[in-house]
Amino acid sequence: MKPRIKPKKLAVEERVKSFNEVVLGYTEEEAIKEAERCIQCPTPPCVTGCPISIDIPSFIKALRERRFEDSYKIMIATNPFPSICGRICPQEQQCEKVCTLGKIGEPVAIGKLEKFIGDLYLNKSNPEVTSPNGKKVAVVGSGPAGLACAYTLAKMGYSVSIFESLHKPGGVLTYGIPAFRLPKNIVEGYVNQLREMGVKIEVDVLVGRTIKFEYLLRNFDAVFLGTGAGLPRFLNIPGENLNGIYSANEFLTRVNLMKAYLFPEYETPIYRAKHTVVIGGGNVAMDAARVALRLGSEVTIAYRRSRKEMPARIEEIENAEEEGVKFVFLSSPIRFISRDNFWVSGVEFIRNRLGPKGPDGRRSFVPVEGSNYFMKTDCVVIAIGQLPNPLLPRLIPKLECDERKGTIKVDEEGRTSIPKVYAGGDITTGAATAVEAIAAGVRVAYTIHKDLS
Amino acid sequence: MFKVLKNYQIAENTFLAEVEAERIASECKAGQFIIIRVWEKGERIPLTIADADPERGTITMVYLRIGASTIRLSKLKPGDFIADILGPLGNPSQISHFGKVIAVGGGVGIAALYPILKELKNHGNKITSIIGARSKSLLFWEDKIGNVSDHLIITTDDGSYGRKGLVTIPLKELLESDSYNRVIAIGPVPMMAAIADLTKRFGVKTVVSLNSIMVDGTGMCGTCRVSVGGCIKFTCVDGPEFDAHLIDFKEFSNRLKMYRNEEAMLVRRLSGR
Repeated sequence: MKPRIKPKKLAVEERVKSFNEVVLGYTEEEAIKEAERCIQCPTPPCVTGCPISIDIPSFIKALRERRFEDSYKIMIATNPFPSICGRICPQEQQCEKVCTLGKIGEPVAIGKLEKFIGDLYLNKSNPEVTSPNGKKVAVVGSGPAGLACAYTLAKMGYSVSIFESLHKPGGVLTYGIPAFRLPKNIVEGYVNQLREMGVKIEVDVLVGRTIKFEYLLRNFDAVFLGTGAGLPRFLNIPGENLNGIYSANEFLTRVNLMKAYLFPEYETPIYRAKHTVVIGGGNVAMDAARVALRLGSEVTIAYRRSRKEMPARIEEIENAEEEGVKFVFLSSPIRFISRDNFWVSGVEFIRNRLGPKGPDGRRSFVPVEGSNYFMKTDCVVIAIGQLPNPLLPRLIPKLECDERKGTIKVDEEGRTSIPKVYAGGDITTGAATAVEAIAAGVRVAYTIHKDLS
Repeated sequence: MFKVLKNYQIAENTFLAEVEAERIASECKAGQFIIIRVWEKGERIPLTIADADPERGTITMVYLRIGASTIRLSKLKPGDFIADILGPLGNPSQISHFGKVIAVGGGVGIAALYPILKELKNHGNKITSIIGARSKSLLFWEDKIGNVSDHLIITTDDGSYGRKGLVTIPLKELLESDSYNRVIAIGPVPMMAAIADLTKRFGVKTVVSLNSIMVDGTGMCGTCRVSVGGCIKFTCVDGPEFDAHLIDFKEFSNRLKMYRNEEAMLVRRLSGR
């Protein structure tokens, strides 16, 4: 078996000075060579591993036969945004995890091939749109779920209006994921494509406040809620509101959406720290750490379990390490300290040891009494997860929610407790991946189509 | 894009802007606010809605020219556009028939008080208003506040107009001489903190409206977090009004200063110094 072709990466010294994309794409020759590694399994496990069921063997076959347009068409038959998924999907936990080649060596680099084909046609090809069917759908939130739902409905001839509260569409793809992982022109490319397909995108509209929810019910045949998991979790430990302590959402939004890294040309400030401590072990923690690094700070990620339990993608952990992010494991913060009662100056941690496996299969952790230690810092980013955004559910009293999880309750096909109202993505599942939200957006679009036909 | 209809100075460093924003004008209630991004490279900042005209589809903001965004805003002329306005945000002010109410406004807080008083008046409350500023040149809307109050007291720190001294002096006298059902205060943090201290001693329910640093204004970033009764609350979605006796004002005041160096740098840059 030939080895997997590693895509080129930007040199580390280049990376930490800019927000340019780190993982460069395959060249045509590299893509074809990698595609030739695929053994075209008759019952392909990769397709079942893909949350959005892309016909992976077929797109790879078309690719290696240089039928690029066919390959792209196979791709977008199920996934509207290949240039996004090719970059940010955790393929090693999905399609590539179950790839047959992976059993004897390295799996096919499905994600990198997806990115190659997606990028080839980005801004160049619009899907065929059936003639208007006269039905109107409102989409609340322009993150991955909302964009995918809008795309799928528009293709089927629906008149779609997206309502976004921020001044720029894209949701977490715009405010959350840094440009070095997902360049902003890619999200913009897909947003422009939606506009060209006739989707109306209204920014600066908070549904429930700027326009009444009832207004949507009156004026649209269906409403899709894709408001995401935007509520940052905090630790609830002493000193958390000291200056210099950010939620990951705030830290990333200031940099990604508001371009605070270009301060003062862009007028949103961000603190330029000497040493930033990022609390958490997921992809958001990796993103925050690598952003902090690019702002000129030394960075330490502190995670409460061991490296093995980290939920972040291995690729992102490696990227962070290569760039110089340090890690401390088995450490939980118990309080933040300030020398002047104004700005954070340190974190007190307690060491943990691993305990037995929990219900999620990961080992639990147990604090070790008397193992406390201090770490000096002038900036902290808390990246311990996000909860579903409670604002819209709060403003629609009739909408049934799961009180404990804060999610909107839906049936298997995405219908909420209110007729004509549907939901999908993180607002129904709790924080998950972008591709799962895209898959939900597409799936619920078909439910809406079924119900309205 | 939101069209500016009026934008002029009403007191020292204090400006009034009237802007076309049809949806916000028809949906907003007393006590709510907006997030505004003046131009493409600007910051998102919260401003209180001081008045709204649903018929004409306009909202009015009163703002202090103090940071980069408000300096830029003050330079816009009628016909110019503001890049983004999001709102109305936050919970509307709690309005009902409380009985005897004291309203205290300081600085631009006077403007934020106006729509709330208008509603409180409509609900039959008996309102005594105290408005104060450092000096006469900073005072505005004496007539408008007077129109929605049963009794109006004015103070200036330097005695250039009305009574000399802080708003807490007449407030204390009122609380000593009569009983009141509610105090509402909007103004600089030290003023609100002092009022909270004072009214706590008299056991009068007091609400204040907080103006925090914000980014999205929809509960997503947590920069506006404030300790209320020992719990983290977000000013944008849980507020902006809170029980004054439960707020950690020291922490709140610190958090407002998080970017003081960056803000000062921007102002210097804008004024070419």
